[in-house]
Amino acid sequence: MRTFDPRLLERASAVRRLLATDVVIGVGTALLVLLQAVLLARIVSHAFHGASPAALRVDLTLLVAVFAGRGVLTWSFEVAGRRAAQSVLSELRLDLVERRLRSQPRSADGAAEGEIVAAAVPGIDGLEAYFGRYLPQLVLACVVPAAVLCLVAAIDLRSALLMLVTLPLVPVFMWLIGRYTEERTRERWLALRLLSSHFLDVVRGLPTLRAFNRARAQVGVISDVGERYRRATMGTLRVGFLSGSVLELAATLGVALVAVTIGVRLVDGGLGLQAGLTVLVLAPELYLPLRQLGTQYHASADGLAVAEGILGLLEAAPAVANSGTLAAPSPESGPVRFEGVSFGYPSRSGLVLDGFELELRAGETVALVGPSGAGKSTVADLLLLLLEPQAGRITVDGVDLGSCRAESWREYVAWVPQRPSILRGSVADNIRLGDVSATDAQVRDAAVLAGADAFVQRLPDGYRTEIGDGGRQLSAGERRRIALARAFVRDAPLVLLDEPTADLDDESAAVVAEAVERLRVGRTLLVVAHRPELVRHADRIVRLEAGRAVAVAEKVAA
Amino acid sequence: MTSALRRLLAFADAPRPRLALAVLLGTATIVFGAGLMATAGYLISRAAEQPPILSLTVAIVAVRFFGIARPVARYLERLVSHDLAFRVLARARVRAYERMEPLAPAGLGGYRHGDLLSRLVADVDALQNLHLRGLLPPLVAAASGAVCVGVTAAFLPAAALALAGGLLAVALVVPLVSGWLTRRTAGRQAPARGVLTSELVELLQAAPELVVYGREEERLARVQAADRDLVRIARRDAFAAGLGDGLQLGLAGATVVGVLWLAVEAHADGRLDRVLIALLALLALASFEAVQPLAGAARELGATLAAGQRVLELVERRSRIVDPDDPSPAPTDPSLVSLEDVRARYGTGEPWVLDGASLCLERGSRVALVGESGAGKTTVTNLLLRFLDPERGRIAIDGRDIRQLRQEDVRSLIAVAGQDAHLFSASIRDNVGLGRPEATGEELERVLRLVGAWDWVRRLPDGWDTPVGEQGRELSGGERQRLCAARALLVRPALLVLDEPTAHLDAQAASALIRDVFAAAGDASVLLITHRPEGLELCDRVVELRHGEIASAE
Repeated sequence: MRTFDPRLLERASAVRRLLATDVVIGVGTALLVLLQAVLLARIVSHAFHGASPAALRVDLTLLVAVFAGRGVLTWSFEVAGRRAAQSVLSELRLDLVERRLRSQPRSADGAAEGEIVAAAVPGIDGLEAYFGRYLPQLVLACVVPAAVLCLVAAIDLRSALLMLVTLPLVPVFMWLIGRYTEERTRERWLALRLLSSHFLDVVRGLPTLRAFNRARAQVGVISDVGERYRRATMGTLRVGFLSGSVLELAATLGVALVAVTIGVRLVDGGLGLQAGLTVLVLAPELYLPLRQLGTQYHASADGLAVAEGILGLLEAAPAVANSGTLAAPSPESGPVRFEGVSFGYPSRSGLVLDGFELELRAGETVALVGPSGAGKSTVADLLLLLLEPQAGRITVDGVDLGSCRAESWREYVAWVPQRPSILRGSVADNIRLGDVSATDAQVRDAAVLAGADAFVQRLPDGYRTEIGDGGRQLSAGERRRIALARAFVRDAPLVLLDEPTADLDDESAAVVAEAVERLRVGRTLLVVAHRPELVRHADRIVRLEAGRAVAVAEKVAA
Repeated sequence: MTSALRRLLAFADAPRPRLALAVLLGTATIVFGAGLMATAGYLISRAAEQPPILSLTVAIVAVRFFGIARPVARYLERLVSHDLAFRVLARARVRAYERMEPLAPAGLGGYRHGDLLSRLVADVDALQNLHLRGLLPPLVAAASGAVCVGVTAAFLPAAALALAGGLLAVALVVPLVSGWLTRRTAGRQAPARGVLTSELVELLQAAPELVVYGREEERLARVQAADRDLVRIARRDAFAAGLGDGLQLGLAGATVVGVLWLAVEAHADGRLDRVLIALLALLALASFEAVQPLAGAARELGATLAAGQRVLELVERRSRIVDPDDPSPAPTDPSLVSLEDVRARYGTGEPWVLDGASLCLERGSRVALVGESGAGKTTVTNLLLRFLDPERGRIAIDGRDIRQLRQEDVRSLIAVAGQDAHLFSASIRDNVGLGRPEATGEELERVLRLVGAWDWVRRLPDGWDTPVGEQGRELSGGERQRLCAARALLVRPALLVLDEPTAHLDAQAASALIRDVFAAAGDASVLLITHRPEGLELCDRVVELRHGEIASAE
């Protein structure tokens, strides 16, 4: 784990400003720390030597001002840090989203991305801890000990040397013990996850346990597992807490050592009271920033991890360049051809498509079949320009799609993906994704054709029912029908259907199959499928095997 | 707020002696730290009077003692308090489980679904912070603050008053002020975060479709707007949130200066020895360590209370399903299980799931119950196992209402397998033997053979000691269902309920599974609950659940 990622500096201008601010505030704080010690020692020693309270009034007022100044600096440290954290994360989030939409609509690793994005909003807590607390502390840990040592050296060289000897012990001990505990800490987290998942497993299985009259017996097991975990963890913590304690021991022993040495030299008359007190008050300030840095470290590590996760995603290679400039020809004007198309995913070895050839003639329905993982969905993604071929090309009426503007081509295409997304909004708005200008009547007609009208009418508010996250949940079959309605309302000449009946019960599958039949009329269809009811009506069946189109059956049904 | 805290502390209570020990060690840590600075200040002041070195021995020993004792006390305090937290967690888990057990599944309300259940478990886990981060810091602050004030009072009562005032101000006023300042923004920040998260997640999930349909710009603008909102609110919040730390430092400084002023004056009046000026000032400065963690503790306590209240809300529910005071003896070898004109729902005000449903299951019969998803088929399972009581009509075994029997007896007569049956993250053997842990190897082998799983289990490298993974994830859908059926048959039930056993299987595997399980069930009755056609031809009767009633299917 690094303490800083230079990529953040390059990308986020807010970070550069923050670092500059932090250094200024850090130096200011160090000066106030020194001033505070000098004033405190002066007041005490003057009073000790009999100065009247009135004579000390100026110094006392100054000391109040110094404390107030430190308060203001602490405040501005945190405000600056938190604000920078907000700006940085906002910048990273928006970059990520924009990039995703413009150059990587089909993510290479959907799962990891979902996790990172889900973390990107609450991740601000970690990032605020990082920028608002850790980074200032890092600056303080560099500036304050140096300043303290300089002043102590100016006052009393011997004390400075004593401090210098104890100071490096602190990071060395921390490093040694940190290394030793790191592995055991990881084991502990593993144990914690196991413990938590055991309890979750039992709670999830409660109905089953009750059904088999075994629920009571689990009480003992839960308690045993908890006890075992406590013992194992305490064993780790006994070592884990050592690093913090050694650090603290170095600090308190350092202070005690300085105090006793100064005391003895005061008795000898080798040092004045004011000098001695100044050094004593400064001694804890030498170790404090380092100790606090240690406590901030873990909280801020999460924040940096979130930022690094997003930075990693931003650096992944783009899937599509979208550099074409021509207006794409309509698929009604000529055939769509895959010409020797090859494609492989960076995360998987080998090619998914290897010299793939396919022709879609205007008005025909082609079924693309093959085992799962054969690359059927990749064919659809390539045709939608969500991915780009690594070799070969896709042409429409002889024009290479790579040289066309993606938006101009997509206007001719409708798409029913295997897991259609439902956006938050009404049913009608969701269907209008296919054509934003569709009237209510057109939306309704599309729904009727897609076999969706019946279930939509049964919803409490019909087409105005809110669906999607937070709204009414739809079944797989209902989602599929909404996606089909999008395709109808778009009324595009080319339609791609990806496993439109997978995971549906027979009744829903039949409704969807009927809708697909209606969709065929006057359109070119590419259906990725393995269920017989859809394949039966295809004009041609193309089988995908080892990255190539192999068996071709013409006109399987009348 | 306080009553919730009291209820929560009763629910997740800590052993008193350990709690006291943790407070004692925490207090010692802070007092030793203050003692180190105070005695060091005294030592240097006294040394400046150049007395014989021997007269400083006590002070020197004290400084060294505090220097060593403080980290030791801190180390022990951390060990004791963490140990305490784990003990509290273990107890809270056991108690939460004990209270939830009679409620599952029908009484758990909204918690029937997986992700909410995970949140509940996380909420129970959060209770480990109740003492560690919520309760210990204020107790330690009170005790150590009192010691520091007491020591100051022994030398100069007026300074003690000033110190007490300063400590109280930091402990109470600072959290109040920053709480008041952030209240407005904090309340708006959480919803703004929620909006942005859902916009982001939705946009990324739907990215391919949005791009294909050319609607990405519009969605991007929505995310940008949500992001702007959040940043604006959060920036304002940062201003108020950082104030707490600054204010704390300023107040501590003012107090130290006040103590110093009083000490200087007292010395001028001859009421205070001059060697004590440094002691009092440095003691005051160091004593603020006691109250420093309180602002954080208040936040932690707030979060833990919120989690705790959700747990309490659930565990304080009472199950309405109880054993009768005078239970009838369990029927042996019953010949008829029946639902008679049953009306049932999951709570007052909820819609009726079953309304006038009747069904007879004679010994040895094979009956299929079909119906659309959501028609209430699983409710029939819940009623048969007495996880739910009907509000009208009855469920009877050989004509005796199951409410007259002990729940345990009902459940040893009726076993269930199927979609919702849970496989635990344990070995195959443990999962199949769940209902009868005393079953012998031969018995296990027999049921595994019966359901057609034996050949496959035997060939596994570890045989039936092979773990099935979390929720049986290492197994295929068919294998999972066969193990669930074996588990149900091992208890030799009079009625086997198969609740959607073929949900994730293809047609061929579904038919094979049902054929095997039907054969394995022998003379037990089987109720097959399904929405698919497979297996219906093997049944004596097919009935349909529609509009809360059960009728013969056409």
